[in-house]
Amino acid sequence: MHRVDEPHDDLQMHLTAPVITPGHTFASVTDKISALTLRRRTPLGWYIGFAISFILVQVLLFTITYLVMTGIGIWGTNIPVGWAFPIINFVWWIGIGHAGTLISAILLLLRQEWRTSINRFAEAMTLFAVACAGLFPLLHTGRPWLAYWLFPYPNTMGIWPQFRSPLMWDVFAVSTYATVSALFWFVGLIPDLATLRDRARSRPFQIIYGLLAMGWRGSARHWHRYETAYLLLAGLSTPLVLSVHTIVSFDFAVAQLPGWHATIFPPYFVAGAIYAGFAMVLFLSIPLRKFYGLEDFITMRHIKNMAKIMLATGLIVFYGYMMEAFFAWYSGNEYEWFMMRNRVLGPYGHYYWALIFCNGLTPQLLWIKRIRNSIPAIFIISVIVSIGMWLERFVIVVTSLHRDFLPSSWGMYQPTIWDWSMFIGTIGLFFCLMFLFIRFLPIISIFEMRTILPEAEVEEETV
Amino acid sequence: MPSKESQTNFALMRERILATQDGKEYWRSLEELADTDEFQEFLAREYPQQAEEWHDAVGRRTFLKLMGASLALAGLSNCTYQPPELIVPYVRQPEAEVPGKPLYFATAMTLSGVATGLLAKSNEGRPTKLEGNPDHPGSRGATDHFAQASLLTLYDPDRSQTLTFREEIRPWTEFLANLRTALDEQRGKQGAGLRFLTETVTSPTLAAQLKEILTAFPQAKWHQYEPAGRGLVNAGAQLAFGQPVNTIYRFDQARRILAIDSDFLSCVAGSLPYATGFIGGRRADESRDMNRLYAVETTPTNTGAKADHRLRLRPSEIENFTRAVAAALGVNMGSAGQAQAAGAHANWVAALARDLLAARGASIVIPGDEQSPVVHALAHAMNDALGNVGKTVIYTEPIEANPVDSIQSLRELVGDIDAGRVEMLVIVGGNPVYTTPADLKLDLNRLSKVKLRVHLSLYKDETSEICHWHIPEAHYLESWSDARAYDGTVTIIQPLIEPLYNGKTAHELLAAFSDQFDRKSYQIVRDYWMGQMGGKGVVSGERQAGSTQASNPSGDFEERWRKALHDGVVPNTAAATKTVSLKADWASQPPVPAPQPSTLEIVFRADPTIYDGRFANNGWLQELPKPLTKLTWDNAALVSPKTARDLGINNEMGSKGGNIFVDAVDLKYRDRVVRAPVWIMPGQPDGTVTVHLGYGRTRAGRAGTSTAAKPIGFNAYAIRTSDAPWFGTGVELHKTGTQYQLAATQTHFNMENRKVVRTKSLVDYLKESEGEHREAMEHDEPGYNDSMYPPYDYKNQGLGYAWGMAIDLNNCVGCNACIVACQSENNIPVVGKEQVIRSREMHWLRVDAYFGGADANNPEGPYFQPVPCMHCEQAPCEPVCPVHATVHSTEGTNDMVYNRCVGTRYCSNNCPYKVRRFNFLLYQDWTTPTYQLMRNPEVTVRSRGVMEKCTYCIQRIQLAKIESEKEGRSVRDGDIVTACQAVCPTQAIVFGNINDQESQVAKLKAGKRNYSLLEDLNTQPRTTYLAELRNPNPEIPERA
Repeated sequence: MHRVDEPHDDLQMHLTAPVITPGHTFASVTDKISALTLRRRTPLGWYIGFAISFILVQVLLFTITYLVMTGIGIWGTNIPVGWAFPIINFVWWIGIGHAGTLISAILLLLRQEWRTSINRFAEAMTLFAVACAGLFPLLHTGRPWLAYWLFPYPNTMGIWPQFRSPLMWDVFAVSTYATVSALFWFVGLIPDLATLRDRARSRPFQIIYGLLAMGWRGSARHWHRYETAYLLLAGLSTPLVLSVHTIVSFDFAVAQLPGWHATIFPPYFVAGAIYAGFAMVLFLSIPLRKFYGLEDFITMRHIKNMAKIMLATGLIVFYGYMMEAFFAWYSGNEYEWFMMRNRVLGPYGHYYWALIFCNGLTPQLLWIKRIRNSIPAIFIISVIVSIGMWLERFVIVVTSLHRDFLPSSWGMYQPTIWDWSMFIGTIGLFFCLMFLFIRFLPIISIFEMRTILPEAEVEEETV
Repeated sequence: MPSKESQTNFALMRERILATQDGKEYWRSLEELADTDEFQEFLAREYPQQAEEWHDAVGRRTFLKLMGASLALAGLSNCTYQPPELIVPYVRQPEAEVPGKPLYFATAMTLSGVATGLLAKSNEGRPTKLEGNPDHPGSRGATDHFAQASLLTLYDPDRSQTLTFREEIRPWTEFLANLRTALDEQRGKQGAGLRFLTETVTSPTLAAQLKEILTAFPQAKWHQYEPAGRGLVNAGAQLAFGQPVNTIYRFDQARRILAIDSDFLSCVAGSLPYATGFIGGRRADESRDMNRLYAVETTPTNTGAKADHRLRLRPSEIENFTRAVAAALGVNMGSAGQAQAAGAHANWVAALARDLLAARGASIVIPGDEQSPVVHALAHAMNDALGNVGKTVIYTEPIEANPVDSIQSLRELVGDIDAGRVEMLVIVGGNPVYTTPADLKLDLNRLSKVKLRVHLSLYKDETSEICHWHIPEAHYLESWSDARAYDGTVTIIQPLIEPLYNGKTAHELLAAFSDQFDRKSYQIVRDYWMGQMGGKGVVSGERQAGSTQASNPSGDFEERWRKALHDGVVPNTAAATKTVSLKADWASQPPVPAPQPSTLEIVFRADPTIYDGRFANNGWLQELPKPLTKLTWDNAALVSPKTARDLGINNEMGSKGGNIFVDAVDLKYRDRVVRAPVWIMPGQPDGTVTVHLGYGRTRAGRAGTSTAAKPIGFNAYAIRTSDAPWFGTGVELHKTGTQYQLAATQTHFNMENRKVVRTKSLVDYLKESEGEHREAMEHDEPGYNDSMYPPYDYKNQGLGYAWGMAIDLNNCVGCNACIVACQSENNIPVVGKEQVIRSREMHWLRVDAYFGGADANNPEGPYFQPVPCMHCEQAPCEPVCPVHATVHSTEGTNDMVYNRCVGTRYCSNNCPYKVRRFNFLLYQDWTTPTYQLMRNPEVTVRSRGVMEKCTYCIQRIQLAKIESEKEGRSVRDGDIVTACQAVCPTQAIVFGNINDQESQVAKLKAGKRNYSLLEDLNTQPRTTYLAELRNPNPEIPERA
C-alpha cells in the first residue's frame, strides 16, 4: 500500500503504535487468532460471563412471555407517553449497531487499513445489536402477533401497509440493514471459516466449519469473486450507515410534536449512532484484547483512532443539542420553547443535565492526549457515552411526549420492573451472542490481518 | 356472619329438606331430592356468578364446600338443550319487536326520592342505554351522570342476589313466614315495636302503602333518613312560612342570580332543568344579553365555576353575608336584623344588591341545600323583597310524601332504639349503618337491641351485614314503581327486564306487612293508580285522591295507564302552587357569632360522582373524574393553596412518574379522627377543609370496598355529627408524615398562556361588530389553511355529508354527564385506580378544566372544555399509522379500524389533542355474563392492544343514514344525535352535517365565537369550540 505524506502527529503515532505489533508472520497471526477458538481452553471468565448473560436471556424470555400473555400494560407506557422504553431501547441498540457497518464498509472504502483488526467483532456487534433492537418495535406493539401486517405481502385483505408512515420506512430500513449486515459479516467470515475447518481437530467442528465455509478452497478465482462481492457489499452498506438512522430519526421528525419535529434530526441521529457505536466497540474491545491477549492486533492506534472518532461525532452531537435549544428559542414557537424549557428545567430536567454531562462534557476530555493514551480512561468514557446515548433517547422520547400541546393531557412516565427486565434482558441477549461469537468464531479477521503484515506488502510490490 | 349451623351447609340443606318433607325419612331417589325447593335454591346458588362469595373468607370456604358437593351431584344434570316444557318458536314476533332494532320505554330513576324521567333503550329485552325523557320536567331530554351510570348498577354482578337470614340463604316464603310471626306479635301492641326506616319517599304508591301499614299498626312509626337530603330546606321553609313548601326556580326567567352556596347546576333536585334554564338565559348570540350569576360558596362547585362573580367564604361567614345582602336589599329582619357589617365585601354586596334590585321580578336568590334554615329563610325573604315569588320562584306543595327533617327523624328513631322500644326495624333501601352521623350511628351495638332487623337493598352492604334478614332489592329498571320529579310530576317507573337476581321491590316488601302479602309490585302500583286515575280524565295527585276515587276503572283507566306508561309522565300531577307568606317571627333567630379566623372549619358534601356512597360500586362513577379536581376512585380533604402552605402540606404532582402523592393528614373533629389525603384546591376559602361523603365503604362490592391494602377513599361519615351535618368549626388537621397516592385524570390546571379555552366578556363581545370580531378573535392566528393540495371535495363524495361538531363552551357547565353517556354508548371499559394513576383512563370524551387568573388562591373558573376527537381534516394520526388502521372517511370523519390496528400508538403520540385511548391491557370484562347483556350491540367491544377513540357515535350516524336511505331522502338536521349531545342539559354539544348551511352545527360554526383548538397546527378540526362569554358586573372591577 501506498502512503502519502502524513502529518507529523500521525507519523509519530504510527511509530509508537502500529496497526499490528511488529514481529508477526502469516503463520503466527493465523495461529494466534485461530487458537482462540480451536486450541485454547475456554477460560473460566468466559463461563462466568456466559452464565450471567444466559440468565439475563432467560429474564428476557420470561418478560416476553408475560408481555405477550398480558399486554404491554405491564410496562409504564401510557397516554400521553405512548412510546417509552421500547423505543428508547430500540433506537439505542440500532445506534450501537452503526459502528460495525461504518467500520466495515466506509472505512474499507476509504482504505483505512487499521479497521481490519476490529471490523469482525464490530460487525458481529452490529448484528447482535440489531437483533436486540429488532425485538423492541415488534414487541412494543399492542398485538405483536399481527406485526407482520407492516410488511407489504400479498394478502386476502387486499391492503398494503401505509407507505406514508415512518414506521413503515423503519421496517424496510432496519430489515435491509439487518440483512446486509448479516451478509457482509458472513461473507467476510468465509475465508476464516475455511481456515478453522482446516485446523479443527474434532470431527464435528470440521463438519460445521466445513459447511459454513461453503467449499472455500482459497483458489485465485475464489479470491477474485470474494473481493468483488465484498466490495459490492461494502458499497451497498455505505448508504445504509446514513439511511438507517436517518429513517429512525424520521419516526420522530415526521411527527408534529415539539421536541420531535426538527429537521436537524437525521444528521444528528447518524452522528449519535456512530458515536454510540464506537463507544460500544471500545467498551467491548478493551476487555477483549486484555483477556485474550490481543494487544498485538488491537493496538493503541486502534484505541486512539476510535477515541478520536468518538470525539468528532460527540462534538456533532453536542452541536445538535445546542442547535435544538437554539431553534426552540429562535423559532418563536411557544410550544417549542416550552418544550425546551421543560426539558431543561421540568420534572425530567435531571435526565437532560445527565445527558449533557455524559455526551457533551465527558468526551471533551479526549482532547487531552494523556487521556487518549489511557486505556482505563477511555474505557470509562466509553461507558459514560453509552449511558449518555441512552439518556439522549430517553430525553427525546419521554420529555417531548409527556407535556405537549394541551396542558390537560400532560402526564408523567415511570418505567416498571418489566421495562427494565426487557432492557436488561436484551443486554443479556447481546452479551450472550457476543460470548458465543468469541468462543466459536475468529474475532479478528485472520486473512485480512495477514494482508497488513509487512510480508504481504512486500509480496505485492514484487508481483 | 354465618352461624355454627353453617358448618356443613350440605348437611344443613339435607336436614332442612328432611324437615320439610314430613313423614319421609329418606328420599328415595336423587330426582326426588332435586324436586325440592331447597335444592332448587341450592342450585341457584351454585351456578350463578357467586363472585361475592369469594370476598368473604368464610363465604369462600362455604362456596368451595358447596362446589365440592355440587361436583358430586354433577352427574345428575342432564344435557338437554331445550326445557322439557313446550316452548314456542319465535315465528310470529311480538308487535313492535324487530330483532336488531331497539325499543325505547319511558321510566324514571330516583335519587334521594326525586325522579329523573328516562327513556330506556332495550335491545331484545336488555336495557342498554338510558336517555332523558323529553316530556319529563325533571329531564327535558337530558340526564345526569347518575342516571347514565345506573345502567351499570343494574348489571353489577356484585349486587345482592340472594335473600339471606344471618347470611344464610333462605327462600322468600320463609321470610314471609318469619315476618308474619313477628307481625302477629306486633299486632297485639298495635305495632308499638315496629319501625320503618326509609330514604326520602316521593312515590305515591309507597307512601300509600306505608300509610296503610301505619293504619293497621297505629303505634308503628315511619322514619326517613337521607344522608344528603333536603332536610334543611324543609326546615328553612318551616322557619320562614311555618309550613313545608317545595321551591321551584325558573332560571330561564332570571336575569340576575345569587347562589348562596348552592350548586344548582349539578347537585340539587331539578338541576337538569335548572341548568337548561340557566344556560337558556346566557345565549348572547340571540338575545344580545345574558343573565349574571353571583356565587357565594365555600367548596368550589360547577356553579361557582360558571359564575360571573364568585366569592369564596368560610361556612361561618355565609349566614352573616346573607344577612348583609338581605339588609342591602331592604329586607325587614326585625329586631335581630341589625344591618350586618359586610366587612371586606361591602362594595361587593352593595354592587350585588343594586344589580339584584335592578332586576326585580327577574332575579333569583337560591340557597344551598346544605345551608342553615336561617339562610333559607333569608333567601325566601329576599326573593319576596325582590318580587320574585310567583315569577322566578314558585312555591308548591312539597313533593315528598312526608317532608321531615331527616336528622330529626333519625334522632327519634335512635332514641327509641336506645330506650329499647324498637323490636322490629325494617330498613327500606339506604345504608344507614354506613351513612348515619357518628353520634347517631346505627351500629351493631345499638342495633343489637332490636330483635328483628330487616334490610332491603341493592347490595349486601354494611347495613345488611348486621341485619337478620337481607332482601335483595330490584333495580329500578327491574321494578314497577312510581316517583315524583322536582316539581311533583309523577312518573310510573316501568321495568325493562325481569329482576336479574330475584330482587324484590320496596312495594313487595311492604305488601308483606299487609294482608295481601304476596302481591307483585305491578299489581300494587297499578291498583294504586287505578284508584287515582279512575273515572275522571285528570289526575291531581293522591292528596285529592279521596274526591277523585274511581267509579269506572275499566276502559278509561287502561287507556290512561298506557298513556302514562308510554309518555313517562302522569299528566297533571305536578305539585300544586302554593301561596305562602313569611311568618311574622321568621327573623327571630339571632345571628351567628362572628367567626374566629384562626380555627379551621370543615365542610361536608355529597360526593360529585358517588353521591352519598350508594354508587360506590359503580365503576363508571368511581372512574368519572370529579368535575373540579379530576380525582377518581378517592375523596380527599380539600384545602386552599394558602392553607396548605400554612400547614406545610404538599401535593407532589407527578414527580414520581404519573403519580400524585399527597400528604395524608389526620382530620380531628369533635374527638373523632379520620385519616385523609389532602388535595390542594384553588378557590377553596382559606382556613376551611372540605370532605366528601360516600367513600371508605367497608362492604360495597369489588369496585367500591375499601380495604387497608387497597383504600378507596376515607369515610367522612365517621366524623360527621348530627348537629352540624354540613359544616362546623374546630376541625384540627395534623400532618402524619405519610403520603397517599391519588389518581387524577388531569394534573395540570393552568393553560400556560395557550389559547385553549377562549373567553370574552359580554360587553367586549357585543361591542365588536361582526367583521371586526372575526379579526379580533383570530388576529394572532394567521391563515394556516393553505395547502399544496386542493381541499377534499366533500360535497360530491358519496352522499355529500360532512359531519362536524360544535361545542359551545358558554353552555358547558362541566356536569360530566356526557362522559358517562359516551362510556355507556360506546362500551368503554373501566380500568381501575392503578391504571388511572398510570394515565390510562379510557374515556373517549373528557372534560378539561382550566383555572384562570393570576391568584392561585382565588382563581377564575375553572373553565370547562369537553374534548372528544377533533376529527381533523388534516389528521396527524392518519399518515403515521403504518397499517392504515385510522383512516379518513368520505364524510370527513376520522375512523378507527380496530381489527386492523396492531397498536404502535404512533397515532396517539402524533395527536396534539391526546384524545386517543389505548387498550394497554384487556380492560374489557369478557367473562361476566351480565356485562355481556349490558353492552351496546352496535359498537365493537375492543380487545387489548388496539387504539380507540371518539367516533362521533358512528353507529348513530349509520342508523340515521340507513333510515334516510330507506325513505329516499338525505339525513335531516337533528336526525343524528350523538350520545354526548343527547345527554347534555344545556345543548353545549351540537352535531350535524356542515355541508348543509341550514344545519344548526353549520350555523354555530359560522358564528362569531367559533374557533378551532390549536388552530395554528393546521389540523383543521371538525370539532370546533365556541368561545365562552362572561358577564361581569362593571361595578365589581376585579373578579372577587
